Amino acid sequence: MTVPPFELVVNHHGPTVMRVCRALLRPADAEDAWAETFIAAMRAYPTLRPDSNVRGWLVTIAHRKALDQIRSSSRSANPSGEIERLADRAAAAGEDPMSPPDTDLWDAVQSLTPHQQAAVVHHHVAGVPFAEIGRLLGISAAAARRSSADGVANLRRRYSPNADPQEVTT
Amino acid sequence: MNATDPVSILFATIADIDDATMTSLHARLEVNADSDGLLDVAYRTVDSPIGTLLLAATPEGLVRVAFESEGHDVVLEHLAADVSPRILRSPKRLDGTARELEEYFDGRRREFEVTIDLRLVHGFRHEVLDHLRSIRYGTTASYATLAAVAGRPAAVRAAASACSHNPIPLIVPCHRIIRSDGSVGQYLGGAAAKRALLDLEAAA
Repeated sequence: MTVPPFELVVNHHGPTVMRVCRALLRPADAEDAWAETFIAAMRAYPTLRPDSNVRGWLVTIAHRKALDQIRSSSRSANPSGEIERLADRAAAAGEDPMSPPDTDLWDAVQSLTPHQQAAVVHHHVAGVPFAEIGRLLGISAAAARRSSADGVANLRRRYSPNADPQEVTT
Repeated sequence: MNATDPVSILFATIADIDDATMTSLHARLEVNADSDGLLDVAYRTVDSPIGTLLLAATPEGLVRVAFESEGHDVVLEHLAADVSPRILRSPKRLDGTARELEEYFDGRRREFEVTIDLRLVHGFRHEVLDHLRSIRYGTTASYATLAAVAGRPAAVRAAASACSHNPIPLIVPCHRIIRSDGSVGQYLGGAAAKRALLDLEAAA
């Protein structure tokens, strides 16, 4: 038993992986992350076990490539790091650093912990089940579900400080 | 989630990946894969008078020409298993083959110049296909003659089997091998296609 032609993988999962990249990065960077994800996947593809969850595998690679991009762009453009930058910007505007209203959506996504980002994009963007997410992240399904919920709650808090707190807990 | 909910906004922002975006990402992957030496098999399809043909090439050369009747998806699955699963639809590597085939079907080409890769063929079948290429345009030979020129005159059945399993039909001209009684015999692309090719070559 061997894996199917890689072209099928690109066709079946390419758009989902692009959505994941766009959730994590701004549009220009998202295309670079997609390209790096698929070249890395194609390199490793012949050794992939035929019973693997291909979508989960690809999303994991995409998340890692996105983190690389965030790290390299924050190193070059902003040595103090993403979260510090957000806090500084909010402080300069005289606002509570924990809920800067001018924070854009990608800044909010990038402020999540890596596990929260992974759980949110795997589950909400790619539709990967929590059991599989847990396996990919090396944590339990319950912990993956918790990371996703925490990630969504943090997104709501960071991106729209006026959101109804009741909603955060749902 | 409501309309101002950040998670809804985030997912709405990214929901639509249009075809143009996917086409340009695919093209970029083709270029990157080829330059990184990862494009083990590139393929494309071409229209022809005998139906849509699948063309597939390794970096070494043309490895497979498949008729519609074989099921192109099935053929690609076999290439994944027998050559490599690193397969992309990538027409560039097949541009030369496509052009030569077009010229052939127009009656403007008698010999193919594309490099072929016979890695899917082993043993005596390989010998047979090597000799097949010496059967010239517009001529025919019998399976018995082919077995003889391949060095095993008694192996007529094996020679016929080599023809029927030819992975690169048209370019390796198994259609020029016919039965001793003059009937066209079997062909992977169908007897009608074989007849059409022989008529094309006779007319040119």
